[in-house]
Amino acid sequence: MGMLFSLVAVIALAAIAFIGVKLGLLGLFGIILPYLAIIVFLAGFIMKVVKWGKSPVPFHIPTTCGQQKSLPWIKQNKLDNPSSTLGVIGRMALEILLFRSLFRNLKTDMKDGKVIYGSNKWLWLGSLAFHLSFFVVLVRHLRFFTEPVPGWVNMIDAVDGFMQMGVPHLLMTGVVLLAAGGYLFLRRVFNQQVRYISLAADYFPLFLIIGVALSGILMRYFIKVDIVKVKELTMGLATLNVSVPEGIGVIFFIHLFLISVLFAYFPFSKLMHLGGIFLSPTRNLVNNSREVRHVNPWNPEVHVHTYEEYEDEFRELMKEEGIPVEKE
Amino acid sequence: MANKPKPDELLSNINYKPPRTQWTDTPVEFKKGYYCYAGRPNNLEYISLPHGRKWSSTDDDWQLVDNWKEIFLEGMENLLKKFRSFRLFMDICVRCGACADKCHFFIGTGDPKNMPVLRAELLRSIYRRYFTISGKLGKIAGARDLTEDVFKELWYYSYQCTECRRCSVFCPYGIDTAEITMMARELINLLGCCTDWISGPLANCYRTGNHLGLQPHTIKSNFEYMVDDLEEFTGVRVEPTFNRKGAELLFVTPSADFFAEPGMFTCMGYLLLFHKLGLDYTWSTYASEGGNFGLFTSNEMMKRINSKIYAEAKRLGVKWILGGECGHMWRVLHQYMDTMNGPADFLEEPVSPITGTKFENAKSTKMVHITEFTADLIKNGKLKFDKSRNDHIIPTFHDSCNTSRGMGLFEEPRYVINSVCNQFHEMPENTIREQTFCCGSGSGLNAGEIEELRLLGGLPRANAVKYVKEKNGVNMLSCICAIDRAVLPPLVDYWVGDVDVCGVHELVGNALIMEEGEKREIDLRGEPLPGMEEKEEED
Ligand code: HEM
Ligand code: SF4
Ligand code: SF4
Repeated sequence: MGMLFSLVAVIALAAIAFIGVKLGLLGLFGIILPYLAIIVFLAGFIMKVVKWGKSPVPFHIPTTCGQQKSLPWIKQNKLDNPSSTLGVIGRMALEILLFRSLFRNLKTDMKDGKVIYGSNKWLWLGSLAFHLSFFVVLVRHLRFFTEPVPGWVNMIDAVDGFMQMGVPHLLMTGVVLLAAGGYLFLRRVFNQQVRYISLAADYFPLFLIIGVALSGILMRYFIKVDIVKVKELTMGLATLNVSVPEGIGVIFFIHLFLISVLFAYFPFSKLMHLGGIFLSPTRNLVNNSREVRHVNPWNPEVHVHTYEEYEDEFRELMKEEGIPVEKE
Repeated sequence: MANKPKPDELLSNINYKPPRTQWTDTPVEFKKGYYCYAGRPNNLEYISLPHGRKWSSTDDDWQLVDNWKEIFLEGMENLLKKFRSFRLFMDICVRCGACADKCHFFIGTGDPKNMPVLRAELLRSIYRRYFTISGKLGKIAGARDLTEDVFKELWYYSYQCTECRRCSVFCPYGIDTAEITMMARELINLLGCCTDWISGPLANCYRTGNHLGLQPHTIKSNFEYMVDDLEEFTGVRVEPTFNRKGAELLFVTPSADFFAEPGMFTCMGYLLLFHKLGLDYTWSTYASEGGNFGLFTSNEMMKRINSKIYAEAKRLGVKWILGGECGHMWRVLHQYMDTMNGPADFLEEPVSPITGTKFENAKSTKMVHITEFTADLIKNGKLKFDKSRNDHIIPTFHDSCNTSRGMGLFEEPRYVINSVCNQFHEMPENTIREQTFCCGSGSGLNAGEIEELRLLGGLPRANAVKYVKEKNGVNMLSCICAIDRAVLPPLVDYWVGDVDVCGVHELVGNALIMEEGEKREIDLRGEPLPGMEEKEEED
């Protein structure tokens, strides 16, 4: 149900853009909605992070995934169980750039009463490809928002198009993004457990990103649009000097609208894992809680059962056994 | 359980295929052997948990107070404000499913709601409904109204999680379902729905200082029993002291170590070791429990139970505290104690009185793990062992969840074992260290009435034991946890057979040479050491 709902929703969004443009609402789709989306994205993102930040981290709860620092002759695992800030930076970098924890993934199964574990790196590979290509695609888009285009953006473009196939050159990351997105979707459908846990909110962003990638690829290679005019529009957006040139194909507006929706949707969705991963207390804390005291800002006052109360109840028994007491 | 099903029967019921209906539309069915008994009102009252009453989890009407929903939701809002972990973990799960098949309860039961992600979704669906904008859309947004059935379901699955944190190791964001279960249980406790097996030991611990409710004279007599046994087995008479002011160290271990076998054998190991060292230490009858059932009840309860350790150390005027072999105990000591009840500025930074080693890693909390302490002794050549006394034992080592994923204590116990045993075999890589599997009975689930659940939860662990038994002839499962020592024997008995369970310091006690030329013919279990004579001839 969630899947169908999300699919219909994304198709409907594309249709809305199509109809909107046909009705001549270029200003709305080319200027107003993109700006709104950016504002919602920034404000929503910041508000969410502030909300997380407002909740303190009362206890020191890193999940330790390697040997602790204890005696000097025992070799510590400094990345999976860091005892210094540097170690935590390393651990977080591995998580964020290389999806370290996902790399541990196994497939557990049962065969003849035996639990068996198979290596299962596909999810790791698929998500890494997905995210990395998404990131590169995003960065490559800077060429629409800068003039002159910085050299390094052009360089990424050149590397990305190293295959030198077709005109314009085929850019690898777009294709990889589509393929990896497709893999993540198929996995959701065919892995029975993942399918069982999936919600509309899991399919929707996937379809949306696939939709963005698809419309982008269509526009670049198949239904070509006037790129000079597109740049006129995007530069206008970037320099707050807006105008919508006539004669840009409708596919561009579909692309732009889907992106606008993605941005606006971002802060209210699971996509916030982008911000969340940095704050995760099981990953970003140094495992030194016996070495340095961690302070809980709301450390509660509690009732305790004092030694005096204990001795009052058991004094006679203690004396009989020769256990020292405070009050004879 | 008289009519316990056969292993094959249990195994044949495991099926990983999820039901046809969506999880939100699949009502929870309370299966016998999978739910705990309800906590008794007198116990709840003793530890000031609200809304105690006579009830049973199979009742249709749980007799929740009229405004239970408000209490729950207010409690939830409160926890969201207090714990970043909670708020964050509610928001950022992408349902990638990496954690799904990492939970021993899912592996053992096949129940999809035992996938960590779905366990968390039980609460997350309520979070969405009441604390997010999109959740107002209802079902399509994965939101659910809080109803009695939803609450019962949350209860049922909150007590099918041992808070082992294995899922958290595999999650790309470190989402720790144990943390979410802890929050769920905090909420459950606001409504007086604690289980009997948790509230009973808590009340005991609050009153007598230990879960088992051992009063000072009983503790003393249990020790006398062990001391006599030790003298019989080793010829050495040890003299433990209790509540002694001015001792250099306070020693705290789970009370099960001086209550029942095989924990008592571990305790005998400690006693021998400390005697050999001439350590100036004392036991306490007031702080006679290392474990802490508060950890899986509420953070306040944890603090109340834990307070006794520092209080007693202060009263007795010791320099620092040494802690025995225990899992939950060490999660609390390592990650919570200093924060809750510190700073321990009345203690000194721990230094081994024997080797002079400074335990830098414990300099604030001032509590050292016994295997850190012993490993240091061995490394510095302060102990002599006759490893051959352990030759009848082929051990493997079970990493406890809490010391593994909430501390990272891996090499210390292994170093000790390898120093006192000639043989040692590891279980498969995916079942040890940070990937270790729970015994299936942690976080207050060691209740008789849920034996079937526990046997299934312990299946992955038992399977790994079986593997090394068949491959390497392993006959001893060593561990550093009191719950393990209590629950692993019946578990391996059921699934594996002919494998015993011991604490690491039992092995130490066996091999430790108390004085030159000492002859031992029996081990700490009072069993004759096979082949001792032969060995001597060979030498
Ligand atoms: C620091 C940045 C980020 C990190 C470390 C990160 C990491 C991850 C990981 C490990 C997964 C789980 C594996 C998977 O299901 O593919 C995931 C899922 C996902 N991420 Fe990210 N991510 C980041 C940023 C983003 C951004 C910027 C987006 C897009 C706007 C995004 C979109 C997604 C989506 C749609 C999924 C779900 C895939 C599925 O449905 O299976 N992520 N992310
Ligand atoms: S591994 Fe983490 S993100 Fe993935 S489903 Fe489990 S809890 Fe959610
Ligand atoms: S903490 Fe352990 S028992 Fe609980 S869901 Fe995670 S893996 Fe399962």
